[in-house]
Amino acid sequence: MVYKVKLKIFEGPLDLLLYLIKKDEIDVCNIRIFEITEQYLEYLNLMQLLDLDIAGEFLVMAATLMHIKSRMLLPPEEQEELEEDEGDPRAELVQKLLEYQRFKQAAGRLENMEEKRAEIFGRMPSLIEADNEDDNESFEANLFDLISAFSKVLSGVSKQTFHEIIVDEFSVEEQMNRILEHFQMRSQAYFRELFGNMMNKLEMICTFLALLELIREKKLMVRQPESFGEILLIKMESN
Amino acid sequence: MELSEAKRITEALLFSSSNPLSLDQIKEVIEEIRPSQIKVLIDELNVEYDQTGRSFRIIEIAGGYQSCTRPEYAIWVKRLYKKRRGQKLSMPALETLAIIGYRQPATKGDIEFIRGVNVDGVLRTLLEKGLVKIKGRKEGIGRPIIYVTTRRFLEYFGLTSLSELPELEKANVAGSKIELGSEEVKQEPAEMNLEGGIKE
Repeated sequence: MVYKVKLKIFEGPLDLLLYLIKKDEIDVCNIRIFEITEQYLEYLNLMQLLDLDIAGEFLVMAATLMHIKSRMLLPPEEQEELEEDEGDPRAELVQKLLEYQRFKQAAGRLENMEEKRAEIFGRMPSLIEADNEDDNESFEANLFDLISAFSKVLSGVSKQTFHEIIVDEFSVEEQMNRILEHFQMRSQAYFRELFGNMMNKLEMICTFLALLELIREKKLMVRQPESFGEILLIKMESN
Repeated sequence: MELSEAKRITEALLFSSSNPLSLDQIKEVIEEIRPSQIKVLIDELNVEYDQTGRSFRIIEIAGGYQSCTRPEYAIWVKRLYKKRRGQKLSMPALETLAIIGYRQPATKGDIEFIRGVNVDGVLRTLLEKGLVKIKGRKEGIGRPIIYVTTRRFLEYFGLTSLSELPELEKANVAGSKIELGSEEVKQEPAEMNLEGGIKE
C-alpha cells in the first residue's frame, strides 16, 4: 500500500518563510531569526527526504538566513565596527518579506476576481472564422528543412565584422518569449519574418534554438506549403 | 434615425460580438449618433433586461461593452460548455501578474526580486495566454525586456481599466526604519545541518 504525504508546495523561499512566521503567529517585524532558521532548514531536510526537487533559490535563502544569524551572534561592539550604519541585520529580509506579502495578497484578490469573472459568459468566437484557416494544403517541414532555411537566413549576414564584442544580450528563454509575442496577434508567420533584420549572429542562433524548443513543446508547428518553398510557422492552440 | 432603432442596432451588435465593443466601434457602425448617446442606449437596454427578467445583461469590461449571461445562470451554462473556461491560473502566475499589473512596465528582474524565484516559465505561460506582452526594452544596463498587461488581462479579471485594480496595501517606504522586535541572543548556536540542504 502506498501512503501519500500531502505537503504544501511553496512558491519560493519567501513563501515558505511567510508560512513559518504565520504558523508561529508572529508579526513579520518580530521575526526570530534563530527559530526561523532552524525551522527553515528542517523543512528543507523534509523536502529532501520526500525526494522533492529543491530549487536553488531555497538554498540561497538558507545561506542568507545563516548569514544573518551569524551576524546577530556577534557582540554589539563588534557589530558596529563591522557594518557601521547598516542597522539590524534582519532589516533587509523583513523588507523583502513585507513587499512579497503585499503582492501575495494582491494575487489573492486577483484570484477572487478571476472566480467571479468565470461566472459570466459572453458569446464564443464564431466557428466561421476558425474554419477558414484550414483550407490550404501543406505538409510538415522536418528538421533539415528548418536548418537549411536557417542557413539561408544566416548567409544573409555580412561577414564583415571589424571586431566582435561578446555581449550576453540574448538568451534562448528570452527569444522564446519574443517569438510567442510575435504570435500573439496572429496564428501564423513565415520563418524568414522571425529573423527580420537581425544582424547579430548570436541573436539569430538563439532565435533558432528558441524556435526548435517551441516546436518540441508543441507550441508551434512548421509547415511547408510546397517543396523547397518558404517555411510557415503555425501557432498551435493550447488546450 | 430614430433612437429606438439605434438602440436595437446596438443590441444586435453586442449580441453578435464575442469581444467587448467600445462606444467608438459602435459609433463607427451607426455613424449618426454620439458615443455618449450610445452609452445612454446601453443603460436603457439594461433597464429593459432587468424589468423583463432576462438571463443576460450588458457589462462594461476592458474599455468596452459586452452582452453576457448573469452569474446566477453560470451553473447551467457551465454544464453546456464543460471545457469552455480552461484551468484557473496557478498561484505563481497570479503573483507574477499582480506584480506586472501594479508595477508595469516591469522587467523579469523586478518580478524575481519580489518573488524570490525564477519566473521564466511563468512569464512564458502568461505571454502564451496573452495576459501580458512585451513592451520593449528598458534603457540602462543590459537593456532588459519590459512587460505590461494586455486588454485580455482586463477582460480575464472583469476590469474596465487598470485603475480599477484594487488598491495595493500600503508599502513600507524603502529606507524608512522598520521597527524590529528585539531578539535574545542564545549563547549556544542551534545545531545546524548544512549538508542536509545540499544534494550532490
